[in-house]
Amino acid sequence: MSSAAPQTASPGINWFKYASPQTFFPVAGALAPWFAAVAAVLFGAGLYIGFFVAPTDAQQGESYRIIFIHVPAAWMSMLIYLVMAFWAGVGLAFNTRLSGMMASALAPTGALFTFIALWTGALWGKPTWGTWWVWDARLTSELLLLFLYFGFMALQAAIDEPRRADKAGAVLALVGVINIPVIYFSVQWWNTLHQGASVGLKSAPTMAATMLAGMIVMVFACWAYAIAAALWRVRCIILEREQRSDWVRDYLRMQR
Amino acid sequence: MNWGSVSEFFAMGGYGLYVWGAYAVTFVLIALELALLVSRRRAAGTKS
Repeated sequence: MSSAAPQTASPGINWFKYASPQTFFPVAGALAPWFAAVAAVLFGAGLYIGFFVAPTDAQQGESYRIIFIHVPAAWMSMLIYLVMAFWAGVGLAFNTRLSGMMASALAPTGALFTFIALWTGALWGKPTWGTWWVWDARLTSELLLLFLYFGFMALQAAIDEPRRADKAGAVLALVGVINIPVIYFSVQWWNTLHQGASVGLKSAPTMAATMLAGMIVMVFACWAYAIAAALWRVRCIILEREQRSDWVRDYLRMQR
Repeated sequence: MNWGSVSEFFAMGGYGLYVWGAYAVTFVLIALELALLVSRRRAAGTKS
């Protein structure tokens, strides 16, 4: 790692210093393994609680154990979209390169969690509702979310110039934000086959304490995993986009 | 402890196909994403 010249000597903390891909690259590299390790430990603990501590559900039997991956994945699918749209918006507003890279780095992981939510939902729907799929508001808007992620990635892949790809993707991501409250409140606004929320901020959870504990641990595991994956991916994007810069050449030479 | 035996654990009270189908696909996809990240990182490192 070459000790690069200090960016600017402005008083106080220069936040834009961290918006430089060159500065962020080693930071992301140092943080990612820690988040990955936390994710591995929490996945193990969450699955142990989910399968060995949490009791059998009185109504659904053992099929409810899909909840420990389904609900965290569904929450992540929405949260990652919001974070992605936030970084895309910051990139549009301040013209910072790293923001657009962060948005691009989050999209595949968001699509992954959206697909997992839909897939585990189908496998949960069959034994409990008698159908893999139904076009109700919750399921349809979640499917739309998957297409928004795919659309974002396809649009960016179709534009050769990275900065223009960032801007076009940002507009799409920001327009698509409207879908997030639709997903979240769909079970209240419409009469859906999908059940209402079991866990809310204002009400006591309608589930056993150990079930809730397993689910919360899995939520934090998914958070840690998503952060690690996004940090690793943003490092790839930085290397790809800055490959002609001196610091990337120096870095790669030192890697060999 | 919920399970009397290993086979009971895998049977999941008759819902084995659904429960294990959900978890298996999840972990295959996570492994796939990590593998793609490793290969993308390798490609980015050898390009210049």
